[in-house]
Amino acid sequence: MMLIHCPYCDEKRPEIEFAYAGEAHIARPDAAEQQEMSDAQWSEFLFIRDNKRGEHCERWWHANGCNMFFNAVRNTVTDKFVKTYKMGQKRPSASQISKWNEGGNV
Amino acid sequence: MKFSARSLFANALSGHQNWPEQFPNKEPKKEYDVVIVGAGGHGLGAAYYLANKYGITNVAVVEKGWLGGGNTGRNTTIIRSNYLFDESAGIYDHAVDLWDGLSQELNYNVMFSKRGVLMLAHNVHDVQSFQRHVHANRLNGVDNKWLSPEECQKVVPILDISQNRRFPVMGGAFQQRAGVARHDSVAWGYARAASKLGVDIIQQCKVIGIRRGADGAVEGVETEKGYIGAKKIGVSAAGNSSVVMDMAGLRFPLESYPLQALVSEPVKPIVPCVIMSNAVHAYISQSDKGELVIGAGTDQYTSYSQRGALHLVEHNIMSICEIFPIFKRMRMLRNWGGIVDVTPDRSPIVGKTPVPGLYVNCGWGTGGFKATPGAADMLAYTIAHDAPHKINAPFNLDRFVGGRLIDEAAAAAVAH
Repeated sequence: MMLIHCPYCDEKRPEIEFAYAGEAHIARPDAAEQQEMSDAQWSEFLFIRDNKRGEHCERWWHANGCNMFFNAVRNTVTDKFVKTYKMGQKRPSASQISKWNEGGNV
Repeated sequence: MKFSARSLFANALSGHQNWPEQFPNKEPKKEYDVVIVGAGGHGLGAAYYLANKYGITNVAVVEKGWLGGGNTGRNTTIIRSNYLFDESAGIYDHAVDLWDGLSQELNYNVMFSKRGVLMLAHNVHDVQSFQRHVHANRLNGVDNKWLSPEECQKVVPILDISQNRRFPVMGGAFQQRAGVARHDSVAWGYARAASKLGVDIIQQCKVIGIRRGADGAVEGVETEKGYIGAKKIGVSAAGNSSVVMDMAGLRFPLESYPLQALVSEPVKPIVPCVIMSNAVHAYISQSDKGELVIGAGTDQYTSYSQRGALHLVEHNIMSICEIFPIFKRMRMLRNWGGIVDVTPDRSPIVGKTPVPGLYVNCGWGTGGFKATPGAADMLAYTIAHDAPHKINAPFNLDRFVGGRLIDEAAAAAVAH
């Protein structure tokens, strides 16, 4: 079982306390944007996902813990968590992720 | 050579030392009419049907690993077609029709055993939803019938039908035509039959790029063994479909999750059919070797690791022991994970893509094995005609823009 670092509790807790909540940094369009959006753009927002091999930004929910949502960078080939970070922080750049990778685990 | 009682006898005389190889491992030619990416059951089947049914024999199947080493070798070999919607009934029942004669057609024993699938109902909602499935199936000509608890017990004698259990058996939906097949034989049988018709099977040849011309149409694939020209490309890459489609600049509505399964030590026959329980969340069958084959749902997070978390396996075994306490002291031998590509509506995508000459068969999620011959035939048809067959036409990519989803996720079965 994986140990996942919750950035709010600032503790590594077992995976069963957490729920996966999909790809991160997909912003819901605001009311004005929604008026203008085409079907293809809705499809992109609702259904299309990166689903990539390698470092993936994703949301996790500390459901059986502090109950907070947070974001994480995880390598989808090794399942290794590179870093977890609080909601509201920007998507890390590729160079930031590789820096974290060099620095070892979270 | 043809497998027969005569060839078996003749080879027995020489101590089974002189069986010829079943299919040669080829090096790629410069160009093919069709290149299929992925040598699992679906990809090899598509190559076979292209050559056999649709008259295109200049075909290569390229595979990054070894033949049948992906999800074809990592599933629980269950075959059924008791899906709710008309579109699903069409494509899954087409597969079951093809399964029926497959051993004879390929001259290869795929060991398709129609031992039936029993889906147990444990609450009023289950009863209503499964009866709805039974009625919908029968209207579509798909075999399925409702069994009372006593009738369920007649099929599965070890089933406890006392009504004071935590999850009482309130009945079940039984598809007699469903069953299991031997997964390796499916890949090997298709490979042997296809290569006999001139198809090249190229293993350990990872595709690393898709080359497109000025008009956007495909020209070929870049691989670890060099460039291979292709007039048309069919992608049948299961969990890695997003990765391959990305090479053509396409983003797909797919997420790849690990799906785990496990087998026990072999025991004498005790589980006569496939038994599924959505409420307790597990399913079980017994292989011809005697191992109990057990599975349930996917892991919670996307991954390409081909392994999953242990607590899911624990939950899975707890569920099986809840239904069948008799298995509490069974020892488990092996457990594995495959990477399944899941669509938002849990129905596959089989058809054309926005890139001319590029065709796709993906999104089978947790239910790909049962569909092997049907999916393969439909991919081959679509490639040969540059247009989908009426069976796979509803399973297009456009439904995620137009909204005409085939929502088996909402309709069915947890273990789908």
